[in-house]
Amino acid sequence: MTTALFSVAGAVAVVAAVVVVVSRRIVHAALWLVLALGAVAGCFGALHAEFVALVQILVYVGAIVVLVLFALMLTKAPTNPLPEITSGRAPFAAAVAAVLALILGAGVVLAFGNEKIKPVTDGSATAVGTQVFKNWVLPFEVLSVLLLAALIGAIALSQRTESAQRKKED
Amino acid sequence: MPLVLPLLLAVVLFCIGVYGVLARRNVITMLMSFELMLNAVNLNLVAFDAWRVDEATGQTLAIFVITLAAAEIGLGLAIVLLLFRGHGHVDADAARDLLEHEEAS
Repeated sequence: MTTALFSVAGAVAVVAAVVVVVSRRIVHAALWLVLALGAVAGCFGALHAEFVALVQILVYVGAIVVLVLFALMLTKAPTNPLPEITSGRAPFAAAVAAVLALILGAGVVLAFGNEKIKPVTDGSATAVGTQVFKNWVLPFEVLSVLLLAALIGAIALSQRTESAQRKKED
Repeated sequence: MPLVLPLLLAVVLFCIGVYGVLARRNVITMLMSFELMLNAVNLNLVAFDAWRVDEATGQTLAIFVITLAAAEIGLGLAIVLLLFRGHGHVDADAARDLLEHEEAS
């Protein structure tokens, strides 16, 4: 049952990810990214990681995609199809991705071809909370400092442009 | 469920992200491809966590990676807006301010 659910969610994720990467309309790509990330959240759910699935929907779909759409709006990105959406390196990039997929896929199949995931029944929020506050307290606190630094950095970047441009105009 | 299934899905998603980062010109699309690659990593972490019946160490690390992704996209989009204000475009190929000239021109 979980295998079937996982397969459906995984197929949706792969199709949506391909559309994100090849779509000519950038806003459509951002909206397909919602579908891809939501399908990956479904995969997390099928792997009995409900808490990670919920955080994925909350942070990725709720915050990151909205942020990307805001950036698209602020940069007045061309929302209609463009002739040159990819650079001249596109065939090279496709070759690199295909070779990488081949190598990684072969390695994964050779190493873990016969392993099975046993189904577990209990939820995961309790276990994650226990882990965070028992074994991973210091990384958790460092992450909060990192988020603060990213916040201050983003504000400083946007402030600096205005003052720099004013200096240039003077 | 065979363990290979989530691992192969992660490989495919990661390689789609690699193609997007290498091939696309728009910086925002490149950032979206970064998100796909980080999701592949999360899928690996969660799959291995479900395989070793561990006390959710992999899921904790996946949550940490999601937090890092949020910080990364915030700073990345701030830099993209900076590029747009300075140059009027978000084309990665045309952003050549840091280009090193090999010959003294």
